[in-house]
Amino acid sequence: MGFFTRKKSAESAKERLQLVLVHDRTDLTPGQLEALKDELLTAISRYIEIDPDSVQIGLERDGRTQRLVADIPLRGAARHRAG
Amino acid sequence: MTAQVITVTSGKGGVGKTTAVANLATALATDGRKVVCIDGDIGLRNLDVIMGLENRIVYDLVDVIEGRCKLKQAMIRDKHYPDMYLIPAAQTRDKNAVSPSDMIRICNDLRPDADFIIIDSPAGIERGFRNAIAAADRVLVVTNPEVSAVRDADRVVGILEAEEKGTPSLILNRLNAALVKNNDMLSADDVLDLLGIHLIGIVPEDESVIIGSNRGAPVVTDAKSRAGQAFRNIAKRIQGQDVPFLNLEPQNRLWGAIQKLTGRK
Repeated sequence: MGFFTRKKSAESAKERLQLVLVHDRTDLTPGQLEALKDELLTAISRYIEIDPDSVQIGLERDGRTQRLVADIPLRGAARHRAG
Repeated sequence: MTAQVITVTSGKGGVGKTTAVANLATALATDGRKVVCIDGDIGLRNLDVIMGLENRIVYDLVDVIEGRCKLKQAMIRDKHYPDMYLIPAAQTRDKNAVSPSDMIRICNDLRPDADFIIIDSPAGIERGFRNAIAAADRVLVVTNPEVSAVRDADRVVGILEAEEKGTPSLILNRLNAALVKNNDMLSADDVLDLLGIHLIGIVPEDESVIIGSNRGAPVVTDAKSRAGQAFRNIAKRIQGQDVPFLNLEPQNRLWGAIQKLTGRK
């Protein structure tokens, strides 16, 4: 790896730890989180039309508490704004 | 007098728990406090050698629990500080020889005659760790600015919260300021942000720590050592004093001091 292209290792350590700690604390593997997302979207889709490509669901840290944050744009709303 | 029971733990081994216990106890004794250290690492005792008391052991913690001696007989008085004592771990037994209620009982017996009881927890999150935290009024988690140590520290913090032991305070040990400056080591701010707990001290990486443990003389007794200064500061904070953190000093002075100390330019 070239000297100028190499990412400083402290940054990698912090990014990797942020992910690992969220999964350790919630006892949720990345695979389970994906399954949770899929089931959540399936359930929501039964009631409202959503845009699956722009959905963002993830675990976020705030001090020592974790929250599941979901941003789920609705398709109907987008069309309304466009029209 | 009712002693405060402080347990020093970490999850991962080798991050400096025993060194921290020996140094904090010595610094508290230097400040005139009466301190009893308990080595909670049954089967892998080490606090005795770090404190330089290995030749004075007659009875140990398990002897007290199993009634072979009185509590006072297992308390080894320090060579230099007459108000500092060590209750060594048993070396030929395992962690199952001690229960959390044994630790609570022993600490309650010690409380009236001491200012601080400092328990050196074994690594891990099993029985020995559970014993070590059972009587704690306060827990200090030691970690290094390194991925595996921080991850394990986070597990321990989570267990302490689940056990309703409160949020522990963090000792960040072996920080190499030159590596941090070069962005090749997690900074104190990084570790605090990741763990989300309160900081009680940052101890710089310092070769005088090894020299001290070689001699069985904790580094707080070395007036010139930066690590010794860091441990003396933590001992003051434990006593409720407001002492500025080493990393709050202007950076050049800290880098300069560390670089001078380690012989790096």
